[in-house]
Amino acid sequence: MDILNAFVALLNYVMIPATAYGAQLALGALGVTLVYGILRFSNFAHGDTMAFGTAMVILATWGLQALGVSAGPLPTALLALPLGIAATALLVLGTDRTVYRFYRREKAAPVVMVMVSVGVMFVMNGLTRFVIGVDEIRFDDGVRFLISAREFKQATGLSEGLALRGTQVLTVVTAGLMVWALFWFLNHTRTGKSMRAYSDNEDLALLSGIDPERVVAVTWIIAAALATTAGTLYGLDKAFKAFNYFHLLLPIFAASIVGGLGNPLGAIAGGFLIAYSEVSITYAFKKVLGYLAPEGWEPEGLVQLLSTEYKFAVSFAILVVVLLFRPTGIFKGKSV
Amino acid sequence: MAEPYLLAEGMTGGYGAADILHGCTLKVEKGQIAVIVGPNGAGKSTAMKAVFGMLKLRGGHVRLGGRDITRLSPQERVAQGMAFVPQTHNVFPSMSVEENLEMGAFLRQDDFRPTIEQVYDLFPVLRDKRNQPAGELSGGQRQQVAVGRALMTQPQLLMLDEPTAGVSPIVMDELFDRIIEVARTGISILMVEQNARQALEIADIGYVLVQGANRYTDTGAALLADPEVRRTFLGG
Repeated sequence: MDILNAFVALLNYVMIPATAYGAQLALGALGVTLVYGILRFSNFAHGDTMAFGTAMVILATWGLQALGVSAGPLPTALLALPLGIAATALLVLGTDRTVYRFYRREKAAPVVMVMVSVGVMFVMNGLTRFVIGVDEIRFDDGVRFLISAREFKQATGLSEGLALRGTQVLTVVTAGLMVWALFWFLNHTRTGKSMRAYSDNEDLALLSGIDPERVVAVTWIIAAALATTAGTLYGLDKAFKAFNYFHLLLPIFAASIVGGLGNPLGAIAGGFLIAYSEVSITYAFKKVLGYLAPEGWEPEGLVQLLSTEYKFAVSFAILVVVLLFRPTGIFKGKSV
Repeated sequence: MAEPYLLAEGMTGGYGAADILHGCTLKVEKGQIAVIVGPNGAGKSTAMKAVFGMLKLRGGHVRLGGRDITRLSPQERVAQGMAFVPQTHNVFPSMSVEENLEMGAFLRQDDFRPTIEQVYDLFPVLRDKRNQPAGELSGGQRQQVAVGRALMTQPQLLMLDEPTAGVSPIVMDELFDRIIEVARTGISILMVEQNARQALEIADIGYVLVQGANRYTDTGAALLADPEVRRTFLGG
């Protein structure tokens, strides 16, 4: 029995990675849920908006690095983030003007809007690859480890190491700040309140003199900021590859639906729920149980419920279960 | 005689090919309470929507305070001093009572705190529930929020589509009392009501619509006293 080592192993392999991943999913799901709440369709292009935004951040990062600008211990990408957000906001606003607005005026059914967003997804997908290519790109610089496994072992004398990467802390801190800023905006500013009013009751919002086009534009800008930030944090934490962001769409959708579509709080809870489920179901608990089990009772197998190749099956299963038994999600969102 | 504050004359129109309104006329003086009653499908709500510009008219015109507003959109009519309380979906359910009132004042650039206080004075229960989401209130309280939201633009004409639908008789009486109070401040009221008898009791003028046209028009008391109206529309 070695509870301390078991806990450190759990912290190192499950909790820290899942928290960082959960924060990334939460930011992504927030964007999806906001667009759903205001524009009333599930935006399939959100994953590729993240990819495009991250690609813009990478280009800006390279530019800054070439100029010799750096953020010291922090990744240069953090300085490039506002530029990436601006470029992405311009792209989605342009898309709205040229594509979505037409269907909005036609009062197209939500399912038509979803199909339109699939088309937008393919275009953005191609655009991103055309601009930055299909290869894996690592663009994290600055301090790599806040706590390295070797130092941790030396300092504590435990046999299990704990590594905490700078990007993981950065992810959680940035996501926390973004969420705080978003909620402050939605709850305390006139524009934010008008967005909630529009999401609550479109007709009454019109009667109150709220300009729908303005609400829609602000929503797209916020969605672009959330997508670019989420994408950049994911890219810093793992690596940038355009295709991965397309894959992220499923866990992000699962997160926003589990939490309740249109409910920002639900998106955050959903993000962490999906991340923790995915990581803990695909983690081999052999080591942790080995520390906990009495002498001679250690498991021989990996004690892994699903191999990591099947991690998307976890999101998918959760999605199906939620849609079957509680279509409005954990927090009361709109029914899909 | 001077023109009434609201003058909607000869309104003809409908949603599709068939007309619902056939030359319907409504007039409301300043500070008057006008009530539209009639059987189901008589076009009561449609007449109200036509006055508010939510329905394209093929004939007739709407004048407010001497100005022709027939071509204005509902939003523009709000700016002209009209306010409309729909029958259902008339609050922002996830927003607090106070935020609902703030949204009512969305277009106002001046300080609207005094107006919020006036609404709280009119509906004291809303002051106690100011931070509660409107969707969690009872039916009667929600109607109060809806009327309060409409009053935030400081309208000259308040239009209510069945304000007492689905509330208990006690709450209904109280709502009518509040509506009389609003009218006393000089605001004209135009409302559609299912509870015809009670509504006519507080009405300065009553319109009985049948098949999209005016059948009887008189003061509320006179309509209540008219045996023909009583027999056909008020159930004896």
